[in-house]
Amino acid sequence: METSARASAKLGKTKGNRRARPVVATLILLGGTIALLLAIGLSISFGAADISLKTVWSAVFHFNPDLTAHQIIRDIRMPRVLGAAMVGACFAVSGAIMQGMTRNPLADSGLLGLNAGATFMLAVCFAFFPGLSYIYLILFSFIGAGLGAGLVYGTGSLAKGGLTPMRLVLAGAAVSALLAALSEGVALYFQIGQDLAFWYAGGVSGTRWLNLQIMSPWIILAMIGAILLSRSITLLSLGDEVALGLGQSTKAIKFCGIIIVLILAGSAVSVVGAVGFVGLIVPHVTRFLVGHDYRWIIPCSIILGSLLVVLADLCARMVNPPFETPIGALIALLGVPFFLYIARKGGKAI
Amino acid sequence: MLALKVEDLSVGYANTMIIDGLSVSIPEKKITTIIGPNGCGKSTLLKTISRLLKAKSGGVYLDGQAIHQLPTKEVAKRMAILPQTATAPSGLTVFELVSYGRFPHQKGLISLKQEDYDYIYWAIDVTGLTDLQDREVEALSGGQRQRVWIAMALAQGTDILILDEPTTYLDLAHQLDILLLLQRLNEEEGRTIVMVLHDLNHASRFSHYMIAMQAGMLIEEGAPEKVMTVETLKKVFDIDVHLATCPYSQNPICLSYQLCQKD
Repeated sequence: METSARASAKLGKTKGNRRARPVVATLILLGGTIALLLAIGLSISFGAADISLKTVWSAVFHFNPDLTAHQIIRDIRMPRVLGAAMVGACFAVSGAIMQGMTRNPLADSGLLGLNAGATFMLAVCFAFFPGLSYIYLILFSFIGAGLGAGLVYGTGSLAKGGLTPMRLVLAGAAVSALLAALSEGVALYFQIGQDLAFWYAGGVSGTRWLNLQIMSPWIILAMIGAILLSRSITLLSLGDEVALGLGQSTKAIKFCGIIIVLILAGSAVSVVGAVGFVGLIVPHVTRFLVGHDYRWIIPCSIILGSLLVVLADLCARMVNPPFETPIGALIALLGVPFFLYIARKGGKAI
Repeated sequence: MLALKVEDLSVGYANTMIIDGLSVSIPEKKITTIIGPNGCGKSTLLKTISRLLKAKSGGVYLDGQAIHQLPTKEVAKRMAILPQTATAPSGLTVFELVSYGRFPHQKGLISLKQEDYDYIYWAIDVTGLTDLQDREVEALSGGQRQRVWIAMALAQGTDILILDEPTTYLDLAHQLDILLLLQRLNEEEGRTIVMVLHDLNHASRFSHYMIAMQAGMLIEEGAPEKVMTVETLKKVFDIDVHLATCPYSQNPICLSYQLCQKD
């Protein structure tokens, strides 16, 4: 009796601690959404033509086609900023899923060759099917992401001793270099360098409503899928054997997870090009804040990933106006030290 | 009563058969230990029982049903498996890891129910982890970590608990600590425990039933007195043993041993 009372007292004391993580996660979801909306507003108002936040508000909610400012907002700035938000969410969630499913802390669509694969496919499309509509481009981008991932896992598995995080990253670097070289070769031979330059550097300036219209259904479906899979991903992050023992059908989950990752990374690359590191940074930061439950990690990654890329795009325009700094380069400034930090921690299983 | 029945099981990779026509029966509410040299197929047997490997022929039966045909979640409600190489992701707390044991009983994205909390707190309590439940698993000692994994398997609420070398990498005292915990779970809760052990004396002291394997085949099975004999151990490990009696369990133990002379 006495022991049980003591135990329950102890439980009472520690329960608050245990509840803390969902609370933090909810705060991130709420605060992050507010911050994201603010950042989107700010980003729309900032640019060559001076537009106030108030004008942004009225352009969104009381659109007047006769005003030039409203037209700039509607036709140019809104799609690019919304594109940045979507792309950030895509890269972040694809990174989170990859890290969870493979227990590889260095998993990121850029590091594991998905981005390079998608870019290569886009180069092929530009060379052989010029003028292909975006509906098909995005599909080729999915296939390209799959090609990149397949090559990386393929070469990685050839090594004796199986796939370690480091080996995968090495294979990713090699395959990415190869695919980038091939894309450049295709670009030179077919003289499409101009069209492609944008995808190499990474930038959201070319985003149009059409792109958003076509990619949103894919992204929304993939995000719903990711959230539905989130609990299973948590289990997979304990290792295949443990997950199987707990009654998880690991093969089916991995298959669905891979499809979702390819859709997310492929859509993102088809809009902004090969922007790396978002999928590396965001899930790690999120995991640090909300703990290990992917039911929280995935929604929080959506918000934080969007926020990161929207802010990066804003900075990209502020660093050296009127020129745009490629956002890929800006995010790499953050991403490379972060990569080194994670790699230094030993590339341990997460 | 039988908890698990392995019938004419053959498992292999590509052309090499690791297990060839193995049939063993695992009694209910008893502690069963599988012994055998490295590469004898005991891990393969456990991996097949835990559905990681598929049988080439034959099968494993749980209450008379082939486990490879049962839905995997259904199996997980009746049988918990602790693999040898379980490592927790960094940042995960003891409570969180143990709570994953409830997965087979949950549906959709719903959080833990009161019943789940009851199981989790019971598992944490019975493994003596109450004071550590909010610590990160990564920061614990090897013995504590092993207890966390056992707690997770217990939270699963199954009648059968299968453990692959639960005492490997632990020092003498912590090995005993784990085995005494398993013994208590068997005696007080009536759990069926199946494990692989390398330490013959531990196997003999704590088991009701032993299974000795060599080269994927069954050499001997039965009570420790039946398996822990000079002849059987010679066949299984290729060693000459001097046997004595364990002062705690009165079962035979191996006092010392010598490699068999090759001539």
